[in-house]
Amino acid sequence: MVEKSIHEINRRIKDGSVNVVTAEEMVGIVAELGAEGAAKEVDVVTTGTFGAMCSSGVWVNLGHSEPPIKMQNVWFNDVEAYTGLAAVDAYIGVTQLSETRGMEYGGAHVIEDLLRGKSVDVHATAYGTDCYPRKQLDTTITLDDINQAVMMNPRNGYQKYNVATNSSNRTLHTYMGALLPDFGNATYSAAGVLSPMSNDPNYETIGTGTRIFLGGAQGYITGEGTQHDPGNGFGTIMVQGDLKKMSPDYVRAATLRGYGTSLYLGIGVPIPIINEKVAQATAVSDADISTAILDYAVASRARPKLGQVTYEELKSGTIDINGKEVPTSSMSSFKVARKIAGELKDWIKRGEFFVNMPVDRLPLDSSVKPMLQTQETPLVGDIMSDDVVTIKQDASVHEAAKKILESAFNHLPVVSNTNSIVGIVTAWDISKAVAEDRYDLVEDIMTKKTITAVPGESIDVAAYRLDQNKISAMPVVDKDNQVVGIITSDDISKLLARRC
Amino acid sequence: MKIKINVATDIVVKPIIAEVIIETGTLLNISQAHIDSTKGEITADVPEDHFSKFKDALTSRGAEVSVLDKPILRDEDECVECGACVSVCPVKVFTFGEDWSVNLDEGKCIQCGTCIDMCPHGALTLEQ
Repeated sequence: MVEKSIHEINRRIKDGSVNVVTAEEMVGIVAELGAEGAAKEVDVVTTGTFGAMCSSGVWVNLGHSEPPIKMQNVWFNDVEAYTGLAAVDAYIGVTQLSETRGMEYGGAHVIEDLLRGKSVDVHATAYGTDCYPRKQLDTTITLDDINQAVMMNPRNGYQKYNVATNSSNRTLHTYMGALLPDFGNATYSAAGVLSPMSNDPNYETIGTGTRIFLGGAQGYITGEGTQHDPGNGFGTIMVQGDLKKMSPDYVRAATLRGYGTSLYLGIGVPIPIINEKVAQATAVSDADISTAILDYAVASRARPKLGQVTYEELKSGTIDINGKEVPTSSMSSFKVARKIAGELKDWIKRGEFFVNMPVDRLPLDSSVKPMLQTQETPLVGDIMSDDVVTIKQDASVHEAAKKILESAFNHLPVVSNTNSIVGIVTAWDISKAVAEDRYDLVEDIMTKKTITAVPGESIDVAAYRLDQNKISAMPVVDKDNQVVGIITSDDISKLLARRC
Repeated sequence: MKIKINVATDIVVKPIIAEVIIETGTLLNISQAHIDSTKGEITADVPEDHFSKFKDALTSRGAEVSVLDKPILRDEDECVECGACVSVCPVKVFTFGEDWSVNLDEGKCIQCGTCIDMCPHGALTLEQ
């Protein structure tokens, strides 16, 4: 049984005799020497990850102005920061968007600009008090001008992450990137073999107080991250580090089109090999880490699971989804993850970075709850009109015109002889046909690509779809594509009006 | 080779591409075409040995023809080599190298622009 103390390992770091390898190199070492042999041989295993970490941000303290202000609201380059604290403290969150530039510039960009030494415009407003009389402030600052800039991220370094794909017939723009229609691609994140928490899944050495590589500087794990879910292999960490010491190589603003901004952040965690059990855990390979493929076409927190894949399969470039070969994209950079594990290894070898045991272990038994919702959102089935009038595809335009006049709807779902939906025709389509003297069948003038809703979906999702497609009504269909109702933007507006 | 054909307002209504294809017997492979009432812009592949007569025939009809050496440009300072672009490209311009670098085979690019929207770091642009 090999047992090594942290003091012993740190002594080797100090005298330069330490043996450090990356988690990728460790796979082969354990395969060759076994866990016991590897534990004797290796003192520290370094890990690394570099990807979008949305739950990130920086606390800044601007120093007091003259006359002083207690900022009630503050903006950095038009990006609002949180100021519900003392006078000149603020938290710049990476996903907060610019009020003037929208998704192309956000909190992450402010942070990267500060780190690159660029000037940032500050605008603050306040209500004024006896101790802080000032009500407005405008200034321009750089990172050197402010007292503290401490990165403090509530949730980083996911142990692993779901694979995202899309069964629908339109491109989805998500935080996992563009997902092409009909399983056109699949995207994944996290570093697999190099993922920090996957290399210590029992959190034997990773915990509160662990010194880490954060954004190119030394930082710390301050505890479990939010939504820490060890039971499902979705552990997370909360981290802290000094932005002033970081490097823009590892702190990079990003825009995920249609989603917003985020921060690509580099994290490396050293794993001191204190015994053979810890050594064995660091032998984890891409083939050992598996994750679920989820269908992001379903806009629900319970997205359907389409299968399970390993990081080895994901990294091969294609995965199998329902018999289809689907190309994969990594949203995180394995190349930079490797660079981080390598850089941390060099720091330790050069005696610039010492390892430590956590002051508290991360929980192994916590789980994640969904939100408690005390106000249930209505479903499409609750507010749709079920006295919907449909028309057969082989009916004449004249019949369609009559039906629209007789019913209260401007939209007629068009159905086949078996009553399945095949299209939709509007009062406008009919006017157009009449104006052009085209007295064809309904199927010749209808819109064939019909956007539909289902009774069981939330009206928020239906309203979003109406909005996205710039339409005012959708037929509601059951699982056999039979029309069971119609929902209009009027129905939804009336409901929202009642809510207010 | 990849070319770009620009057609001005006054001749956009004339079937000059078709005329030139028939006249020169060039197997033109059009990958992108944006045509409206004000101008036309076409990206296409043309066999190298046909290029000069194809170009001459088009320019004599008032169109402009330019060679796209680098249809897609990458800002190396912005790119973090994540590989987000890899799966969305319909013609496999982007591939991972052995060291997990993202390699770029720009000759394959058809300028569809899908990767430009996908790139989280705004590192990609189309050559105009």
